[in-house]
Amino acid sequence: MGKKGTIGGIAGIFLDESTTIKAATRVRESGFTRFEAITPYPVHGMEEACGIKRSPIPYITFGAGAVGLLAGLALTYYTSAVDWAINVGGKPMFSLPAFVPILFELTILFAALSSVGAFFYLCGLPKVNPPIIDKDLTCHKFAIFIPENDVGYNSERAEKLLKELGAVEIKKVAEF
Amino acid sequence: MLKRNQLVLGNKTLKDVTDDICAPIERVPSKEWMGLFLSAKTLFIFYIITIAMVVSTGMGLLGVNHPIAWGTMIITFVFWVGIGHAGTLISAILFLFRQKWRTSVARTAEAMTVFAVATAGIFPLIHTGRPWLDFWLFPYPNQRGPLWVNFRSPLLWDVFAVSTYATVSSVFWIVGMIPDLATVRDRAINKVRKTIYGALSMGWRGTAKQWSHFEMIYLVLAGLSTPLVLSVHTIVSFDFAVSGLPGWHTTIFPPYFVAGAIFSGFAMVITLMSLVRIGFPQFKDYITIDHMEVMNKIIMMTGLMVGYAYGSEFLIAWYSGNDYERYVFMNRALGPYAWSYWIMIFCNVVAPQVFWFKKLRRSIPVMFVVSIFVNIGMWFERFVITVTSLHRDFLPSNWGQYAWSIYDTCILVGSFGMFFTIFLLYLRVLPAISIAEVKPVMNVGRDDEHAHGKGH
Repeated sequence: MGKKGTIGGIAGIFLDESTTIKAATRVRESGFTRFEAITPYPVHGMEEACGIKRSPIPYITFGAGAVGLLAGLALTYYTSAVDWAINVGGKPMFSLPAFVPILFELTILFAALSSVGAFFYLCGLPKVNPPIIDKDLTCHKFAIFIPENDVGYNSERAEKLLKELGAVEIKKVAEF
Repeated sequence: MLKRNQLVLGNKTLKDVTDDICAPIERVPSKEWMGLFLSAKTLFIFYIITIAMVVSTGMGLLGVNHPIAWGTMIITFVFWVGIGHAGTLISAILFLFRQKWRTSVARTAEAMTVFAVATAGIFPLIHTGRPWLDFWLFPYPNQRGPLWVNFRSPLLWDVFAVSTYATVSSVFWIVGMIPDLATVRDRAINKVRKTIYGALSMGWRGTAKQWSHFEMIYLVLAGLSTPLVLSVHTIVSFDFAVSGLPGWHTTIFPPYFVAGAIFSGFAMVITLMSLVRIGFPQFKDYITIDHMEVMNKIIMMTGLMVGYAYGSEFLIAWYSGNDYERYVFMNRALGPYAWSYWIMIFCNVVAPQVFWFKKLRRSIPVMFVVSIFVNIGMWFERFVITVTSLHRDFLPSNWGQYAWSIYDTCILVGSFGMFFTIFLLYLRVLPAISIAEVKPVMNVGRDDEHAHGKGH
């Protein structure tokens, strides 16, 4: 149903963050697992409420940083001591202390760019013109969206639950 | 408990915050903005023409010559890179220290970093004398052997440091802006704006999962930028300190340069923020006098640090017992360039002392004037380091003066045209305060249970 890669469902619109957090906790306790909480800013405690695991980005950062370090080492070693070794000021061909700044900068560069790449991948970005539930969700409103393929989904039950939890508006969403 | 003033004034709702911050993007620019932009743009065009003349005719147009082979280009390069450092300090280091006041100035400070590094990056490229061969600076397989770059040279470390810094700062700035660009996209009423900001926001939707990754990448980039920013000015100082020249060859240079960079950068943040507060009065509720006051405290503290470094350099020159070292420092304070030394001392050490007084620390006109003094003083610091050390080295037969030319002046002044043109465009087209970061520090729609719950 709808555009490819999207799914329909029921969304409840909320007006403040504490109601949204409580609602997310309750929706999760009611057995839903694939619901989404949409907020205009990062809400403290929302990960716990939605049961989201810690982001794996730091592992990528560490791995890419290590690769950057080794790449820097390989580059400086190969060019300065192997391929065309030139005697500069009588220093050893492989003068490691002088290469430390290069190793450091490449570590940071690899780590930063790979982490950003991982961030885009994990967030599913970039996406061309993705469907949105409400224009105000990036401004001052909050939403909880229960997709129709969620465990034990029933549109009336979901609607009733969200209303009970303080949703000021219920939207039938065709695609998200 | 110590009570703190509100970070955002005026009892705003979440919608007010969005409206206030998006307003400059969505309306016709004011006359003041147009006036500033046209003057900055004229200066920028003038700068481009000057660079074209210097590049086509040659470096001989500038005052650099024997014995002063490093002049305006290097001085102004170090000046602009230093300006950038405060932006990273605010956006990354203060973030790691959980300084919540940073949220409303972080975006603009980081923008300042990116633009200042862009402005700075042009100077060494022209200083090479043949900018069309600048790709030789990077190690790439070539048909000249392959002849590789010299990884033992601080100048090459600088190529890596500055280009990494420019890349990582830009990425940090752009990633941090994605949610706000989505806000502008969702508010857009006309199709062109919706398309442009839709593309820039890359399809951000603000789901809890996305925010979870967003907060992590922000933390990771802040953690990576922190050692990076310290390394950049350290390596810039190596350009001087690794040589054997008296006045350059000192171990105090890395911390001294980093402190100086943060000092000058905060002065530039104060200069820009004072202007932003005048140009966009609704931002006064976000960039409050309290924000300006804390930054002035940092200016005073880093000013004392550079003051200490100036004194320490003299002490060590005397204590080392090295005649050349002693001479260089006596010559700095009393020689033909003494005027530049005393301008530096007045602007960097004396002027910021007015911030000991709370009233002066909280006065916009006073801090604006002091910040201009600090900007001038920090340019002169680099002038003093570069020119006074070079102009009289070991052999009196090798001594000389810097033949400052009109082109030096044009390059220096013109670079401000480039910086301000980009900065003014930024204020007009991108959200100048981080919308998604300001909202969480406002305590709107939150129970006490959550405000002081676990995780605090």
